[in-house]
Amino acid sequence: MDDIMEATRVSFSYSQEPESPLVLDGISLGVHRGEFLAVLGHNGSGKSTLAKHFNAILLPREGRVVVEGMETTDEERLYDIRQTVGMVFQNPDNQIVATIVEEDVAFALENMGVPPAEIRQRVDGALKAVGMYDFREHAPHQLSGGQKQRVAIAGIIAMRPRCIVLDEPTAMLDPRGRAEVLKTLRQLNQEHGITIALITHYMDEAAQCDRVVVVDRGRLLMDGKPREVFSRVEELKAVGLDVPQVTELMHRLRQAGLPVREDIITEEECAAQLEQLLA
Amino acid sequence: MIKDITIGQYFPGRSPVHRLDPRVKIMLALGYIVILFVAQNAWGLGLGVVAGFGAYLISGIPLVMILKSLKPVVPIIIFTSVLNMLFVEGESLFHWWIVNITREGVHTAIFMSVRIICLIAGTSLLTYTTSPIALTDGIERLMGPLKKLRFPVHELAMMMTIALRFIPTLIEETDKIMSAQKARGADLETGGLMQRARALVPILIPLFVSSFRRADELALAMECRCYRGGEGRTRMKQLHMGPGDFVASALVVACLAGVIALNLLVK
Repeated sequence: MDDIMEATRVSFSYSQEPESPLVLDGISLGVHRGEFLAVLGHNGSGKSTLAKHFNAILLPREGRVVVEGMETTDEERLYDIRQTVGMVFQNPDNQIVATIVEEDVAFALENMGVPPAEIRQRVDGALKAVGMYDFREHAPHQLSGGQKQRVAIAGIIAMRPRCIVLDEPTAMLDPRGRAEVLKTLRQLNQEHGITIALITHYMDEAAQCDRVVVVDRGRLLMDGKPREVFSRVEELKAVGLDVPQVTELMHRLRQAGLPVREDIITEEECAAQLEQLLA
Repeated sequence: MIKDITIGQYFPGRSPVHRLDPRVKIMLALGYIVILFVAQNAWGLGLGVVAGFGAYLISGIPLVMILKSLKPVVPIIIFTSVLNMLFVEGESLFHWWIVNITREGVHTAIFMSVRIICLIAGTSLLTYTTSPIALTDGIERLMGPLKKLRFPVHELAMMMTIALRFIPTLIEETDKIMSAQKARGADLETGGLMQRARALVPILIPLFVSSFRRADELALAMECRCYRGGEGRTRMKQLHMGPGDFVASALVVACLAGVIALNLLVK
């Protein structure tokens, strides 16, 4: 399959000393064009570090990262890489630069030297795409967490990237904010064809993605459809991860000797199974 | 309670004064200060007062706001007035012990007070009718020529924008830290000055630490959005001078000319 970003045997350590522990340990991962990918891993697994390799914020110590045919070590293509792969972080407060929503969305375009009339057009487009157009003249501190995160996403998609990497964008949001952000991401993926790599530790978010990879101690542990990955309950628990609640329920029922399927990841499927069981 | 602090003192509105180009408005405020200090006699100064008053009326800013803006400078006005009355030499009006008040002294004191009042009221009108962002924008563009002298104009404006952006965020954070420390039994409200100052330390330290973390993350986010300084940067919002800007400039220039003429005519 056609890969938009590809990391090949990447090793990385935050310290320069040769003996220091590796955060990434020869990891290889290709992100397919147009997919909605979830990256799972518990704290310190190296998932955020891996994400920062995809737009050249961090450079691999060993191995290589290629984005749309561009090596991330190629300094001349740095801004092309950053325009191709947008990045959204955890805390929405710390990534909004300007005092007015629309000015913030324009920030990246102003940096890129886009002509004013075109900036206006792209800013309006980006704000409409995340459903924040009506708030364009608000100050960021008047918005809820979910709204702020959508503004941050608008600031990225105004650059028209082909891919967005999000580093736990919902970790600081309330359930409503999480739902808003996920809905926005799905829309961007389906309607605008933007490849999404979502780093998360919410299993129910990962269950809705096209593909899930699990990272542990700097290595790729699992890679597959959510259904395949989450059916390996014991392995996931061994690396400190949970499974979606419905999967957990099915797992326990099975352990108790009841005939239920293991690969259940949605509430509807779970309800159907339970009905069958009780009938 | 801490959230009530207003940032700047901008009164949103749509008056002709509000709609002026911020660059022009800053220059006109400077021009107004020049008028106040060029005026040498009561007629000239009177013209300055009338002009300032007129600008307030057009802007629709409530006149009470003039008094509010003057509150912090009252001590300065009293202080300079007393000094002027006591130490300017001339024809004596009132003499008692070592106190000697002269006609010239009273004259200078009144002049100086009126000037200070107009100066503060005039510059306050600038901040009342211009949003902090527009003000920053105006300053950045006015200082543009200084870039040739390697003066970091863009960096300065960026710093101001980020400061404005983070004031509400940090206020909110201070509030949270204060509650957290109170919940742990910190006493912030009683005791003498020294005790209260010491009680602030456990609030300031976490605030500083988190500010540095925020700065770090913000820098990262800015890099991800291709920030590379002011070089080759464009702006979404362009400033345009309209007919109103020319009318206002003409009025201020006419006022300055009038004051100079009055200086020459009335001795």
